[in-house]
Amino acid sequence: MRAFTKITSLVVPLDRANVDTDAIIPKQFLKSIRRAGFGPYLFDEWRYLDHGEPDMDCTNRPLNTDFVLNKPEYLGAGILLARENFGCGSSREHAPWALEDFGFRAIIAPSFADIFYNNCFKNGLLPIVLPAELVDGLFKALSIGYKLTIDLEAQKIMTPEGSVMCFDVDETRKFRLLNGLDDIALSLQHADKITAYEAERAKRAPWLFSE
Amino acid sequence: MSGKTLYDKLWEDHVVYTEDDGSSLIYIDRHLVHEVTSPQAFEGLRLAGRKPWRQSRNLAVADHNVPTTNRDKGIADPVSRLQVETLDKNCSEFGITEFGMSDARQGIVHVVGPEQGATLPGMTVVCGDSHTSTHGASGALAFGIGTSEVEHALATQCLTQKKAKNLLIKVNGKVGVGVTAKDIVLAIIGKIGTAGGNGYTIEFAGEAIQALSMEGRMTVCNMAIEAGARAGLVAVDEVTIDYYRNRPYAPKGGDWFMAERLWQQLHSDADAVFDKVVEMDAAGIKPQVTWGTSPELVVAVDEAVPDPALEPDAVKQQSMKRALEYMGLTAGQAIVDIKLDKVFIGSCTNSRIEDLRAAAKVAEGKKIAANITQALVVPGSGLVKRQAEAEGLDKIFIDAGFEWREPGCSMCLAMNADRLEEGERCASTSNRNFEGRQGYGGRTHLVSPAMAAAAAIAGHFVDVSSIEESVA
Ligand code: SF4
Repeated sequence: MRAFTKITSLVVPLDRANVDTDAIIPKQFLKSIRRAGFGPYLFDEWRYLDHGEPDMDCTNRPLNTDFVLNKPEYLGAGILLARENFGCGSSREHAPWALEDFGFRAIIAPSFADIFYNNCFKNGLLPIVLPAELVDGLFKALSIGYKLTIDLEAQKIMTPEGSVMCFDVDETRKFRLLNGLDDIALSLQHADKITAYEAERAKRAPWLFSE
Repeated sequence: MSGKTLYDKLWEDHVVYTEDDGSSLIYIDRHLVHEVTSPQAFEGLRLAGRKPWRQSRNLAVADHNVPTTNRDKGIADPVSRLQVETLDKNCSEFGITEFGMSDARQGIVHVVGPEQGATLPGMTVVCGDSHTSTHGASGALAFGIGTSEVEHALATQCLTQKKAKNLLIKVNGKVGVGVTAKDIVLAIIGKIGTAGGNGYTIEFAGEAIQALSMEGRMTVCNMAIEAGARAGLVAVDEVTIDYYRNRPYAPKGGDWFMAERLWQQLHSDADAVFDKVVEMDAAGIKPQVTWGTSPELVVAVDEAVPDPALEPDAVKQQSMKRALEYMGLTAGQAIVDIKLDKVFIGSCTNSRIEDLRAAAKVAEGKKIAANITQALVVPGSGLVKRQAEAEGLDKIFIDAGFEWREPGCSMCLAMNADRLEEGERCASTSNRNFEGRQGYGGRTHLVSPAMAAAAAIAGHFVDVSSIEESVA
């Protein structure tokens, strides 16, 4: 996983509440057995005027020029500004994969759906929860070329006007993301505790371990 | 000290280790695997040279991509076929039990788990699928995970989690005629919103919940995720214990009695404190119909499509307008005047035997309306299908003009050949009415099985409670 420390990047506003994971990456792309290459299909039904299918070459597909991601001024943006309950719906990790593959490193919203929020951290993507008024303020402040700096270590967002906003993040998640660490290797450091737990549990619920 | 909630008890029982910031490694008793969210996880194991921590705690079944017709011919779509074959290959390579496509036990993973007793009260249950919340109906802590966590669960039999908050939703009193578990949960989501349960584990309680069968409780917990909660729970009672007796994977003999004693503790203590409590009156719930592109955009069948202009919140007003446009509806239109093209009875929300019985009861001796181009009934598992056939339900459906299919997710998310065409309108017993969910440009109205069957017969929505009252 790519580590996340500090970035300064353009911000794209996606002014819709309850953006679900079906919208982020429609189900036909879930048929892939690979983990990479979902970026071109991010928000497929909103981004293109035709119907996308897996493995389609997207370079010549008709674009929906009204959709914000297609506006030239947001090209190369690494921060997505969104509304409440972003990432609701299906647990598909293809959603953060697609966002990350497209080039996003952070998403700012008043709230996220739990599973999506969790999935982001596994993929080097930082979801930041800010109070709805601050998010609304950012939507209003956004102009062409608007960039934010996000410092994960300091848990701060710096605006071009010079104001600073603090955000919360769990220590464990922060540590893993800062260092780009593999969750499984970290958990396996506690293998002896897992084994001890199993032995103790087997006394209370032997049927769980009898197979 | 105050007592514990059911969620507190389940959580504490599974903590292996807690970090200073409160993140815990929790033990997973059952991991369910399906073809869509697992290939990259198995690939990860292979690349890292890892093995499953405890093979027997995993159970796999293909459901999302499987065809619901002509099973003997295999899967026509090469991409779907590759995904299902990849699951078969991974399961045999890693020694995981899989119910293959020709196995009578095959079906939707969330129907199969409880039916086999593979998911039991008191367990932690995870699956790379958000509707894993379904299994909470048995008093298990069950939630959906992403693919990285699927790999983590395989490799360690654990997950790193932070404890959620406790939300109690109490549905007091009794529901009226024709009002089902689906209507209860849709009404709850209509009340608290799709983000209302964010950060919480919901315990559903109250007389109306206790009165539900296990199937009905599963329908309610299934949609906890649609209310924003990763997990939904119902306390264990006699209904739960009776349901699990003699299930293939349930404990036997002395173990059963030991389990029964343990499971009887699985309820919130009388003095438990919840972070939030929502109370509802069951008698006020009518059959529900969603009109928008989010499950919270729901009204009672005898109401009209709401007017966005009356919504004070600007962001909400905007999404209501957008939903009306996508759904091709106008504010003020009566729900019963909405004409349909297709009907889908199935999905992990409503494809169990009780659901099929309810739909068949409405369809018996009738014919689907001329404007309905397709009405599908897709049982949740091979065993549900067999049971329904033994009861003659398949005949009732076929005589009425429904198609009787093989088990799977089918048109719930249209990853196989079953789907809506652009602009088509469907009464569906599934759980999500998002844009494009049942097919590109398709329009979904979520309803109960009885409501879906009644809509198929009438060609438009009808209040099933008025039909059932006149019958009764
Ligand atoms: S039936 Fe629908 S909601 Fe349930 S697991 Fe299948 S696709 Fe998901």
